[in-house]
Amino acid sequence: MNDAWNVLLWVALPYAAFAVFVVGHIWRYRYDKFGWTTRSSQTYENRLLRWGSPMFHLGILMVIAGHVVGLLIPREWLYAIGIDEHMYHLGATVLGSFAALLTIAGLVILIYRRRTVGPVFLATTRMDKVMYVFLGGVILFGTLATVMYQVLGPGYEYRGTVGPWFRSLILMQPQPELMADVPLMFQLHVLCATLLFALWPFTRLVHVFSAPIGYLFRPYIVYRSRDAASTRPGTSGRKRGWEGIQTPDPKKLTKL
Amino acid sequence: MKVMAQMSMVMNLDKCIGCHTCSVTCKQAWTNRSGVEYVWFNNVETRPGIGYPRRYEDQEKWGGGWVRTKSGRLKLRSGGRLKKLATIFSNPKLPEIHDYYEPWTYEYDMLLNAPAGEHTPVAKPKSLLTGEDMKISWSANWDDNLGGSRETMQDDPILQHMSEHVASEFEQTFMFYLPRICEHCLNPSCVASCPSGAMYKRVEDGIVLVDQDQCRGWRMCVSGCPYKKVYFNHKTGKAEKCTLCYPRLEVGLPTVCSETCVGRLRYLGLVLYDADKVAEAARVENEHELLESQRSVFLDPHDPAVVQAAREAGIPEDWIDAAQRSPIHKLINEYRVALPLHPEYRTMPMVWYIPPLSPVVDVVASSGNDGEDAKTLFSAISKLRIPLEYLAGLFTAGDTRPVEASLRKLAAMRSYMRGINLGEGKDERIADAVGMTGETIEEMYRLLAIAKYEERYVIPAAHTEQARELDELACSLDYDGGPGMGGAGPFGSSSGQPVPVAVENFHALKNRQTADRPSTPGRVNLLNWDGNGSPQGLFPPKGDGVGDGGE
Repeated sequence: MNDAWNVLLWVALPYAAFAVFVVGHIWRYRYDKFGWTTRSSQTYENRLLRWGSPMFHLGILMVIAGHVVGLLIPREWLYAIGIDEHMYHLGATVLGSFAALLTIAGLVILIYRRRTVGPVFLATTRMDKVMYVFLGGVILFGTLATVMYQVLGPGYEYRGTVGPWFRSLILMQPQPELMADVPLMFQLHVLCATLLFALWPFTRLVHVFSAPIGYLFRPYIVYRSRDAASTRPGTSGRKRGWEGIQTPDPKKLTKL
Repeated sequence: MKVMAQMSMVMNLDKCIGCHTCSVTCKQAWTNRSGVEYVWFNNVETRPGIGYPRRYEDQEKWGGGWVRTKSGRLKLRSGGRLKKLATIFSNPKLPEIHDYYEPWTYEYDMLLNAPAGEHTPVAKPKSLLTGEDMKISWSANWDDNLGGSRETMQDDPILQHMSEHVASEFEQTFMFYLPRICEHCLNPSCVASCPSGAMYKRVEDGIVLVDQDQCRGWRMCVSGCPYKKVYFNHKTGKAEKCTLCYPRLEVGLPTVCSETCVGRLRYLGLVLYDADKVAEAARVENEHELLESQRSVFLDPHDPAVVQAAREAGIPEDWIDAAQRSPIHKLINEYRVALPLHPEYRTMPMVWYIPPLSPVVDVVASSGNDGEDAKTLFSAISKLRIPLEYLAGLFTAGDTRPVEASLRKLAAMRSYMRGINLGEGKDERIADAVGMTGETIEEMYRLLAIAKYEERYVIPAAHTEQARELDELACSLDYDGGPGMGGAGPFGSSSGQPVPVAVENFHALKNRQTADRPSTPGRVNLLNWDGNGSPQGLFPPKGDGVGDGGE
C-alpha cells in the first residue's frame, strides 16, 4: 500500500468522518430535536427484546470501555502501575471475548426480532438498515481480529500500532505509517468504525448522547413556566407526529 | 406557604350516560394520527370492568405510582433513579400495545372496488400494526355496558380486593361509567420517572406536559403513571398524554371533552394549594387518611391571608377571582362530595369524581320503595355494601365512610329538593342529617343540576398571551406573508422564527378582525374594509425612499 492510500485511509478519512460526526450532531440537534429519540420498539414486542436489548447494550458498553483502555491509554502508563504485557493481554482477551459474546448474542436476537416480528420490521427505516450493516461489520471484524490473533494466534500487540496512531490523530500529528502494516482484519475493523462514525448523527445512534445521567441529580418533580417553552428553533417545517392514519402495507413484511 | 394554582376537573358520575362523546371528540382533536391509533387520552370505562389498558389498576403488576417506605419516605413503586437507569434498555413494567388493544381499520376500499361476484363484498378488518387481516378481540371499551363481562369481570382488580361473597353477587347489583383523563397530579409519578426531564408540571396552572423536543423515548413515564395515561407513540418514539387542552384553556375555553359532554357532567376550575405541603401530605402512613391530607393541601381562596400569599406568589387578580368562583373548590372542599380516583397511588390526583347515587336509587325504586325519600335512601346506602365497597375501592383506598357521606349528601339533596318541588316546604331535618344547611343544599343543587356554562367552567385566560400579543405586534410585519414584506427568513420561506401557534393568538386575532380601525399602523383589514376610498396602508407609499420600486 503506497503512501497516498495510507494518508487517505488513515488521515483524511478519519478526520472527515470526525468532522461529519461533530457537524452532523450539531445540525441534527438544531434541526431535528423531535427526531432525536431511541425509537424504542418495546411496545410492539417484549419477549425477545427483554433479553436481546440489555445483552447488547451492556456488552457494547463493556466493549467501549475496553477500547478506551486499549486505545487511549499508552501501554507505558499501564506498565507504570504494574500491569505488564502478559496481564493486559490476558485481561483484554478474556474480558473482551466475554463482552463480544454478550454483544453478538444480543445483536443476533435483536436483528432476528427486527426481521421476524411484523410491526418491528415495518418500523425499520432505511437508515436503520444501513446502520445495522456497518454496526454489524464493525463488530464482526473486531471479533474476527480478536479470535484470529488474540485467542487462536500468538497475539497481536495493537498497542504498538493502532493505539499510537489513534492518539496521533487526536494530537493533530497524524502518523499514518503506523497503520500500514497492521493485519487486514484490524484495518477493516478500523475502516468500518470510521464509516459508522460518519453515519452516526443521521441514525438512531444519536440516542447514545442522551444517556440520562442528569436524572441522578435532579429533583423528582420538574416545574416549568409557560414562557420557558415558548420558542424553540429547529423542528420547523415538517410537522411530524401529525400524519394521518394509514394501513401499513403487509407486502413489505415479506420483502427483504 | 407557597401558593400555586392548579387547573382541575370534577366529574359527576351520576350524569354519565356512557355515550363516549368525550372520547370521540378528544380522539378527533388529539390522537387521530399515525402512531397513536390505540391511544385514548379520554376513555370511558364501564365499572365493574377491567379498564383500559387491561387491569391497569393492578399495581403489583404494573408498578405505577408511589409507595411509602418503612422509614416514611416516598419512593417510586417500580424503583428509584438507579433502578430506572439500570432497566432503561428494557423496561420490565412497560405495557405492550396488546395490553391496550391492537388498532385496526377496515378495508373499506373493497366495498367499492371489489370485482362483480356472487357475494356481497365485505370490509375485512386490517391491523394498523402490520396491515394484515386480523381478528378483533379487544378494544378500549370491549366490556362496554358489561358486555362479555361474565368472562372478564372477575379480573377487575377492585373486585379482587373485595371480599369474595360480595364479588360473586356482583352482576345483579349495579353498573356505572367512569370517564378518565390524565389526572394532572400534584405529585406526578410520571414526571418523577422521566429520565430526560422532558415531562414537567406547568408552574402557572399545574398542567402536566411532555416536551416533545426533549423526550428521548425511554418509556419510564408510561410505566410510572399508575393510571396509564401516558402513552407511547410507536411511530415517533415519543411519549404523549392528555394536555388538558391547554391551548383552549389559555384563551378561556373548556377542554374538548368538557365542551362536548352531553350530560354536562364535567366541571373545570382552579384550586389554590400549598406546594410546600404536597410531599408531606402524600406520605401519610394510613392510606385512608390520604383523602383528608390531600384536602388539607388545598387553600381557601376566600381567606385574606391566602389571597395575600397568592398575590405575593405572582398569581394575577383575575386568577384569584376565578379560584374564588371555582366550582372545583366548592365540590371538593365546601360541599365535600367529590372524591379523588385512587388516592392510594399517592400521586395527589386532580381530577375528582362525585360518586354515583343512581345505582342505589335504582335498587330502592325497583324494590317498590320511594327512591326519593331521605330515610329510605339513607338506610339503603348503608345497607348496600357492594356498591359502597366498590366505590370505596376506586375513590378512597377502601374506606367506605367518605363515600357513604358523599352519597348521603346526594340523597339528601334529592329528597330536600323534591320537597320544595312538591310544595311540601323545606325540610331542614334532611339537611341536618348530613351536616349541611338547606341553603347550601340548594346551592349545591344549583351547581350540580342547572349550572350554566360559565358556572361549570370557570377558566381565567392565560396572562403571558398579552406578552405574546405584544411580541407578535412587534414582529408581525416580519413573518411569512406579513404585510411588512420582510418576507422569509434567511434560509427560505419556513426558516427563522416560527409563527406563533394560531390558537394562542385567538384574542389577538379576534381583536384585529373586529376592530374598526387598523390595529397595526399601515395594516388594513380587508374583511372590515367597505371598499370605499384608499385607506392608509392599503398601497405602499408613493415617491419616497427605498421601498418604492416596481408597483
